[in-house]
Amino acid sequence: MEIKLKLNGKVVTGHVQPDTVLLDFLREKGCLSVKCGCDTSNCGLCTVLMDAKPILSCSTLAVRADGHEIYTLEGLQEEASEFVGFIADQGADQCGFCNPGFVMNTIALLRENPEPTDDEIRAFLSGNLCRCSGYDGQLRGIRAFLDSRKN
Amino acid sequence: MITIKEYVRVKTLEEAWQLNQNKMNRILGGMLWMRLGSGMVNTAIDLSELGLDAIEENEEEFSIGAMVSLRDLEVHEGLNCYTNNAVKNALKDIVGVQFRNMATVGGSIWGRFGFSDVLTVFLALDTYVELYKGGIVPLEEFANRKADNDILVRLIVKKVSGKVVYSAMRNQSTDFPVLTCAVSNVNGTYKAVVGARPAKAAVYYDKENRLINGETEEARKMFAEDVAKVANTQSNARGSKEYRTHLMKVLVSRGLVELGGLDGN
Repeated sequence: MEIKLKLNGKVVTGHVQPDTVLLDFLREKGCLSVKCGCDTSNCGLCTVLMDAKPILSCSTLAVRADGHEIYTLEGLQEEASEFVGFIADQGADQCGFCNPGFVMNTIALLRENPEPTDDEIRAFLSGNLCRCSGYDGQLRGIRAFLDSRKN
Repeated sequence: MITIKEYVRVKTLEEAWQLNQNKMNRILGGMLWMRLGSGMVNTAIDLSELGLDAIEENEEEFSIGAMVSLRDLEVHEGLNCYTNNAVKNALKDIVGVQFRNMATVGGSIWGRFGFSDVLTVFLALDTYVELYKGGIVPLEEFANRKADNDILVRLIVKKVSGKVVYSAMRNQSTDFPVLTCAVSNVNGTYKAVVGARPAKAAVYYDKENRLINGETEEARKMFAEDVAKVANTQSNARGSKEYRTHLMKVLVSRGLVELGGLDGN
């Protein structure tokens, strides 16, 4: 099946099978930040924005993205660069595998709620699993970023 | 992952219904549970262009399209105001925001899953499902039916006088629940809905009229005991039969305490 969608601001087309998942399509298109961690819709590693909402690309059929707008971390470098340094400063990234999914969902959080409380951060990011850390580093990093914006 | 031979974004409900009469074809909700299977689907039927992704509210009811995401329900102001955040409380621990942006209320309700927080909370309200061929049916009746080849079009929640409280026990946040529990008083009728027993949620009424003369501590305890006596529980990896039965008494009692503190609609 032919699909046409807007990927990181540019129109792309491609041929996919009815059961090709969006994750595979995006990686074929060079978006290697999108990774498959668990393949059971649980870990959040494959998070992308579809029509500005965070979704799991491992569990979305590529054909369902036809006609929609997708953003991956490759297309949101500038927005991500505002806060990722704060997370790195806390030593939150250890193996780093979960990082792109975390960053994508943090972008979604901050767009929806620019001044989240710690509990709101925890709740919004609860679908992003990290097996190295205890999530405190990420929380401290986001908090440090939010505090820096106030000062 | 399931294998899909063909994909159709249908233009009408009739087209979807016709396709769905073939047992090899499947209607897609969020596809989150379905994809974990290993079967083969001939034609995957996508309802996403039928405008079923809206929540409408009027004086009498909420009309919730089958393709409304769990996240849209979770953040819907009117529904949460009416249910005193019970809907939000039921949905907020289901995996993560990304998952809830995809999972549909139609898929959750149609699946009649044992683990369903969604079915539990809606059973506690005055809820109906609209089926394409079968018309409007009370959710409780629908939940007890076997899946057929009809199509769930929308959910209707009547705005009746009452109040509802939701709670669930999870071993770990965002995991499947060990037990789900909603307690409500709808139009003067008390009910406790208990799911993840691990069987699908079922409704238990106050047949012994324990609460008829007020929600005293003794009455609450007796109603919780009544529920635990008749509600069948089983063991699985998340908890034993005995643990679930004990939890049930605790969650029903606590739910009633919280219910007593609410103003209601």
